[in-house]
Formats: sequence, structure tokens, C-alpha cells
Amino acid sequence: MTEKSPQQLYDERLKRVNDAIQLKVPDRVPFFPATHLYAAKHVGMTFEEAFYDSQKWSEANKRMILDVDPDLFFSPGFAVFSSGQAFEAVDFKQIKWPGHGVSPDHTHQFVEGEYMMADEYDALLDDPSDYAVRTYMPRIYGTLQPFTMLPPLKAMLFGYAGVGMTALLAMPDIARALESLQKAGLEAAKWSGAMAALDAEMAALGYPSFAGAAVVVPFDLVSDMLRGMRGTMLDMYRQPDKLLATLERVLPMLIGMAVSGSTMSGNPRVFIALHRGADGFMSLKQFETFYWPGMKALILALIDAGLTPCPFFEGCYDQRLEYLNELPKGKILGMFDSTDVFRAKGIIGDTMCICGNMPMSLLQTGTPDEVKDYARKLIDVVGKGGGFIMGCRGVMDECDPKLVKVWADFTREYGG
Amino acid sequence: MANDLANTLADLKEKEALEMVRKRLDAGEDPLGILDDARRGMEIVGKRFENSEYFIPDLVYSGEILKDITEMVKPKMTKDIEVKRLGKVVMGTVAGDIHDIGKDIVVFMLDVNGFEVYDLGVDVPAQEFVDKLRETGSTVVGLSGFLTLAFDSMKTTVDAIKAAGLRDKVKVMIGGGQIDEAVQRHTGADAYGVNAMAGVSLAKEWLGGAQ
Repeated sequence: MTEKSPQQLYDERLKRVNDAIQLKVPDRVPFFPATHLYAAKHVGMTFEEAFYDSQKWSEANKRMILDVDPDLFFSPGFAVFSSGQAFEAVDFKQIKWPGHGVSPDHTHQFVEGEYMMADEYDALLDDPSDYAVRTYMPRIYGTLQPFTMLPPLKAMLFGYAGVGMTALLAMPDIARALESLQKAGLEAAKWSGAMAALDAEMAALGYPSFAGAAVVVPFDLVSDMLRGMRGTMLDMYRQPDKLLATLERVLPMLIGMAVSGSTMSGNPRVFIALHRGADGFMSLKQFETFYWPGMKALILALIDAGLTPCPFFEGCYDQRLEYLNELPKGKILGMFDSTDVFRAKGIIGDTMCICGNMPMSLLQTGTPDEVKDYARKLIDVVGKGGGFIMGCRGVMDECDPKLVKVWADFTREYGG
Repeated sequence: MANDLANTLADLKEKEALEMVRKRLDAGEDPLGILDDARRGMEIVGKRFENSEYFIPDLVYSGEILKDITEMVKPKMTKDIEVKRLGKVVMGTVAGDIHDIGKDIVVFMLDVNGFEVYDLGVDVPAQEFVDKLRETGSTVVGLSGFLTLAFDSMKTTVDAIKAAGLRDKVKVMIGGGQIDEAVQRHTGADAYGVNAMAGVSLAKEWLGGAQ
């Protein structure tokens, strides 16, 4: 038997994944571990190094991918979306990252907060870009505070008078703010260049990358990034019309972001992390009013654009699986956390490919037999008739390399 | 009338509830009676959450209305309200983890179910849990964690409670997105809960109404 070429292996892995997404029976169960920062643990470097040294981070991922041998690898640029140097250059406030607010050995964490105030919906709705630059960015980028002094951006519609307004950019505070952005830009470009190079290198070695773009649904944009969970939930009662208008306003922007990101990367899979629509976070009525319409519209638009939405259903979706059957069949890679996937198979198994649910607890603290038993059950029940990709509940930052190997080997052997 | 405020608050009718409070204060009513009604309203909110009629937005909103009521009533109060409590629970998100949504729900539910809750916040070092247990004499501690790094932090915290000689006196419950039986075993906790109601049940089981 002649050895397969990397190109053959690449095609084989991608076909395996695509067959599962199209709800067919693949040659064997595809394996997609959400490694996230795990590569650092796999090779024995700190998470801080992952954030500050693109070369080390790339090498760690390459080694880890070759060892773990996944059918789709979790794009390292989705774990570390830019370098610590870039975040530092703008004094970024919305996350804490390893060595900067959290321990060098701990993952980055989002700083939940009210970054848009309750009375600012009109400003956002009137001119989202202006709101972003003059109000929102100064709150989350420490160095951009001086941008609050800029004139409304639409003043630049005033033709030649705009040239006069550039004088403002020479004000020392604003000049420094612009410099910080340029500095971050250089660092960010270096970082994304390294991540793109790694994707290309892994492709040449036969490994397809998970996704080429990431986006959120309208409600999560407002709840995660702008108003905060508390703020958004109060708005659901106190100013639902403004909230709904905003959800509608940001939808085309989110679709555009995802489509252009996919076009640039040449990868049709779009990662959508779902947050505040899960069971417990809101009632079904609230879900129907505030969450599902935007989620559904986004997913449908991506499918229309020829893309493959990959929603990560963080938390539990047991109470709202039926909604998902409104989506087209065989077009979606659904990643599931603690949803009862064994039950879900019977409800949405004919609609979307189910990936995930391997407990992080077992991959971190379990025994090899426990890992195999759970994986076997997933393959037997959820993998029955195809439409299943082996994956895990959350991200693998803290997993035990020995157990990850057991999991990977077992999936390849038993899932064949 | 007394019932009205409790139910109006429980039904999340913000304007009506605040209007009722204003009228009762203007009529010279005892502020403690008003707060007691509000407390009963929050108990109803807790029950509805337990029955899956209410969800996080409803808890957040009811908490906001309660805050407004308390602010209106406070200036007229001459003494603090004394509520009989079932027992003391120390709560916090363990070291390294700054997530508070789950922990806050458990705190809310323990509170409306009559427990005295000492909320240490997020990213709480093991020693801080130990210190608070000693200071309050509480015999139940709840450790919360959203990230998988919390597994080890929880274990460290349980170990610290052991090292302080408190393990025999203190029951430990853990909870959070990825927490299950395997994590309970790893950490040496006494139990884990899949949701806030499970936390309340454990606290009731361990503290009963005895304290």
C-alpha cells in the first residue's frame, strides 16, 4: 500500500467532516477536539507565552496537531485572537489575559460589564460607527479615551471642510491615541500573519482548519459586548422596543462580517458561540422574542451565502431543541456542551450534525476507561446512522494529554 | 393591601410596586412592614424560578425593583429588619475564575430561601474561604466555577479547609457549567449541584431549620 499524500489526507479528512455535516455516514467518525489553549499544556509552555510569542504558539500547535491527529483542528487564532502586545498597546479593558489580570497559567477571561449605558440606544441606532468610535471604544480601549473629543464622524460628509477638521487629529492626546492604535495594528498584523501561515502549513501537511470566521448572534452582541447581561435583561422589561430595534440593526452587520471573514480565509465554516439564549438564561417566550429570530436569520443568511454555520450551544439547550428543526437539513455543524445529545439525536438528528458533549471533567480528571466508555456511548448512540462528529463540551485548556490520547485513539479505532 | 405589594413585586410590575411603597410611606406606615412584604414578594419570585416560570432576567429585574424599594424605605427606618435565618452559607467563585452569573443565582436563591449568605465574590483565594468559615462559624460552603481551571482551584480550597482542621465541621458543595460527579470526586467536595435549586436543597439538607 502506498503512503497517502498530504493532499489525499486533507481531502479525506475534509470529506469525513463534510459527510457528517451532510448527515451521511462517513468512512469513520470524524474527530474535532476543541483544543483552544490546550497546545500550550500539551508541549509544556505557559498560556502567557501563547499570548506573547507567536512562533512558540504556532510550533506548539503544530506539534500538538500532529500528535492528536484531528480531522479538523481548532484554529489557534480563535484561542488567542491577538497578541498580548496588541492588547497592551491599547490598554484593552474588556478581557483579562494570562499574565495580565489572570495567572500566566490561566486562560483569558471576559470582563462582564455595562459598556453601553441604558440611555445610549438612540445614539447607537442613529449611527453605529460613530457610536463605536467616539463612545464605545474609549471605554474598552484605555488609550482611546481622547476619542471622546472627536467631532461626529458624519461631519466628514461636509466635503472640503473635513480637511480642516483633521487639525483635531494633531492634538497631542488624540495623536497619542492614534499612535497606540497603529502600534496595536502592527502587532495584530504580525499575529494574524503567523496564524494564517500556520493554517497554510497545516493544510500542506494534510490538516483542514475548523473555521475561517467567527460571529455572534444579535442578542449576544448586545448582551456580551455592549449592555452586559444585567443591562440587557433589564432592557427586555424597561425598553424592549429599543432592544429589538438594535437587534435588527446589527444583524446585517454581523452577516457581512461573517461573509467577508470567510471569503478572506477561504474557509466556509463560521463559528458562532451562543451565550445568553441557553436554557435557564431566559424563558421560551423571551427566547422567541429576543434571541431566536436573530439567531435563525443569521444562520439562514450564512447558509444562503454558501457557508456552513457552526454554532456552539454553550450550556444546555434541552428545552429549545425543537426550534432548531426550523433550520435547513444537512447544512450545520452543531457543537453541544451539556445538552442531552443522546435525546437530541432523536429530535434534531435529521436536521443538523451533532458534535461534542465529551465531558471536560473526564478528559481532565477521569480514568482511561471512563473516557472510552463515554466516547463509546457517544459513537453508539449519537453516531448511529452518521451525522456525528466526536467533540467535547467546552474547551480543552486543562485536559490531561494522556487522556486526550486515549480519547483520540479510541475514536479512530472504535469509530471506524 | 399588604399582600398586594408582595404580589405586585413578584409579578415584576415595577411602577405599580414603587407607587404602592410611596403611598404607604406617605401614609406613615411602618417601613419594616413594607420591607417584609417585599421580602415575601422575593420569596414568590424564588418559587417561580424554582418552577421554571421565571428565569435569570426575572431574577435580575426583581432584584432591581427590590433595590429601589429598599432605597425608598431606608431613610425612614429607625432600626434594622431582623429576619430569622435558617443557617449560614459561605459562597464564592474559586481562585482564578472571575465568572459570577451562576454564583449570583445561587446566592439569590439561598437568600430568598431564608439563608444568611456570605458572598465572597469572584477569584476568591482558598484562605479567604477558610477565614470566612472561621469568622462566621458557618458549616456550609458553596464553591462556584465556570472554567475548567476551577476544578483544581476547588480542590485546593477543599484541601485548605482540611488543613485548617475544619473539614469535619464543614459541608462543601460545588457547582458550575462543567461540574459533575467526576469533578466532585477530584475535589473531595461533599456534593455538587446542577443548578441553584440543587444548591438550596443541599443547604436545607445540611442545615435544616436547626440553626
